[in-house]
Amino acid sequence: MSFRARHLLGIQHLAPDEIRSVLDLAERYVDLNRRTVKQSDALAGMTQINMFFENSTRTQASFELAGKRLGADVMNMAVAQSSVKKGETLIDTALTLNAMHPDLLVVRHGSSGAVNLLAEKVNCAVLNAGDGRHEHPTQALLDALTIRRAKGRIQRLTVAICGDIAHSRVARSNLILLGKMENRIRLIAPPTLMPSGVDEFGAEVFDDMKAGLEGADVVMMLRLQRERMDGGFIPSEREYFHRYGLDAEKLAHAKPDAIVMHPGPMNRGVEIDGTLADDINRSVIQDQVEMGVAVRMACMDLLARNLRAERGAKAAGDIYV
Amino acid sequence: MTLFLENARVIDPEAGEIREANVILDNGLIAAIGDASAPMDARIIDCGGKYLAPGIVDIGVKIGEPGERHRESFRSAGLAAAAGGVTTIIARPDTVPAIDTPEVLEFVTRRALESSPVRIRHMAALTKGRAGREMTEIGFLLDAGAVAFTDGDHVVTDTKVLSRALTYARSLGALVIGHPQDPGLSAGAAVTSGKFASLMGLPGVHPMAERIGLDRDLGLIEMTGARYHADQITTARSLPTLQRAKANGLPVTAGVSIHHLTLNELDVGDYRSFFKLSPPLRSEEDRLAVVAAVAEGLIDVISSMHTPADEESKRLPFEEAQAGAVALETFLPAMMRLYHAGALSLPDLFRAASLNPARLLGLPQGRMEEGAPADLVLFDPDAPFLLDRFTLRSKSRNTPFDGQRMEGRVQATFVAGRQVFGQEG
Repeated sequence: MSFRARHLLGIQHLAPDEIRSVLDLAERYVDLNRRTVKQSDALAGMTQINMFFENSTRTQASFELAGKRLGADVMNMAVAQSSVKKGETLIDTALTLNAMHPDLLVVRHGSSGAVNLLAEKVNCAVLNAGDGRHEHPTQALLDALTIRRAKGRIQRLTVAICGDIAHSRVARSNLILLGKMENRIRLIAPPTLMPSGVDEFGAEVFDDMKAGLEGADVVMMLRLQRERMDGGFIPSEREYFHRYGLDAEKLAHAKPDAIVMHPGPMNRGVEIDGTLADDINRSVIQDQVEMGVAVRMACMDLLARNLRAERGAKAAGDIYV
Repeated sequence: MTLFLENARVIDPEAGEIREANVILDNGLIAAIGDASAPMDARIIDCGGKYLAPGIVDIGVKIGEPGERHRESFRSAGLAAAAGGVTTIIARPDTVPAIDTPEVLEFVTRRALESSPVRIRHMAALTKGRAGREMTEIGFLLDAGAVAFTDGDHVVTDTKVLSRALTYARSLGALVIGHPQDPGLSAGAAVTSGKFASLMGLPGVHPMAERIGLDRDLGLIEMTGARYHADQITTARSLPTLQRAKANGLPVTAGVSIHHLTLNELDVGDYRSFFKLSPPLRSEEDRLAVVAAVAEGLIDVISSMHTPADEESKRLPFEEAQAGAVALETFLPAMMRLYHAGALSLPDLFRAASLNPARLLGLPQGRMEEGAPADLVLFDPDAPFLLDRFTLRSKSRNTPFDGQRMEGRVQATFVAGRQVFGQEG
């Protein structure tokens, strides 16, 4: 098992073999999670704190469940963005928490890089549960696991990522992961929601959805934030759905066995047709949720192993010196 | 007291040459440059073959007086300047409150005179409170000693207001300093847009925002005939516009910060907020284009854009962190990077850092000639050191060069013929 990272801040810092290690271990947790007794002692005695500066029911629940199934003591800190007006409080909060000796810190924050900043200040392992528009590594890993289980591999696939690429950390982490695993990546978005310079990342850029979907193995839809729909970035919700909403007709341009993914929560009728989202022959959206728990268990397990090894080495050093 | 600086390599930015000479400083002025021997009562300083140049005249230094003295005082800025080879600070009016009345200007002038070992001159705001609505008392402020008028990075968005202020400034021969940046495009930006910004998930501003700002300002200059200096031209896209304006004979000059000449956007790395500047750091292509423009003389002035920020305003997620970096004390060492890279000669560097800014503001400094003010810097361009930001004399230590190897050190600084800084050992 090769996974050397101390924190999981982004896919950017992971090597392909580390990504494979996470996915392999997650497979075992998928099996565990399907049993009646879903208990492991991988994190027994350890403390996991979830700090979500941005509200998220789904991701927080997924991390909480993952920690509990591994036997950790899990605490959810209620830190709404409003109560932490300034980042100095972010560092202060980090230092306060650090003094309580947590082992794993799961952090979501609205600013890109905030989780990196926090990781510099604490002694525990930090998991990025989404920072600004930067990265959401566990989402990309759970997407990779979902794809690997559905397609039998995570290389040499054509993956179309469609929607609000500019503001999406999910898109960024997936773009990096899929690139590292040598896939062909298509980015589809109205030009106002396409970040500049992405063509230099080795992705193909499309503003015509049908052309972008041509021959795709995987179609990954992104959530479009409500506040972007009112004329600032796109003219209207209905025009967006007409041009970029995934329906059966547009999906017909992808391969016949292409799978449909969405990180949730979905806006039915905005970025994805409701019937399609529920089509169990095409949609793997519910699988993504299941893989989410398993992948997060794998990540936390691996980080905890590294943490123990590091502390063990330190303790041994103390004795012999 | 008379000073005799012997065995120096004297940099003359006006002639563009370096020669070995002895220099006599007397009565606050350069009394002689040549092979003269020491006058009877002179204090003799052996320069050991090191370089002697006119001290830097730094347009655009933020000092926290009044309002933010915990960030930088006239005293701390003056000490930092002396250590960085800066002998005249041209202070910015973006203080709290803004320097927008003759009364505030008189206050800061007096404070600066009492506290600083180097010369400090002041710019005044172009509009009251830098709010972009009503022009300041440009005439009174000129009488009180303002050397230029600027609202700093608050771009005057109302072109009617700006055109009137420019017209009025023209009648008095006042210099107006603009910050070319389209406020709409640059709103909320933390870095320059492009691959790096997209990868980091940071909001970016397109380099075109600078040219749009410059185009607009130059249009108004053509209309009003006011003297105009663009404080920071940092992108390749702006250069043809600037060149055309100069070729057409508009009274226009431009500057660039030492950080934009020596760093690029990738230096931000892992969200290091000490590299967050305004305008943001640019691509390497832009940096090289701007360095070449300084070498050609298209960009006239190198400045520090010294912006002290306390730890609290920098230890934040990148987007929320304050922009700006301290630069006074690292000014000369950072300039030497350009010299060692072969990008600019020593006379070219001091032409842009000392002579041109002095000329622009009508000051007698910046020249290496008999009768000029004895504001000089003695330095060793090859002296290596490792920069530790906690050794800086500024009250704020937000330097992007922390922990970096620097080559080139100030050995002594003279202002009005008096030594105000000396390297120990």
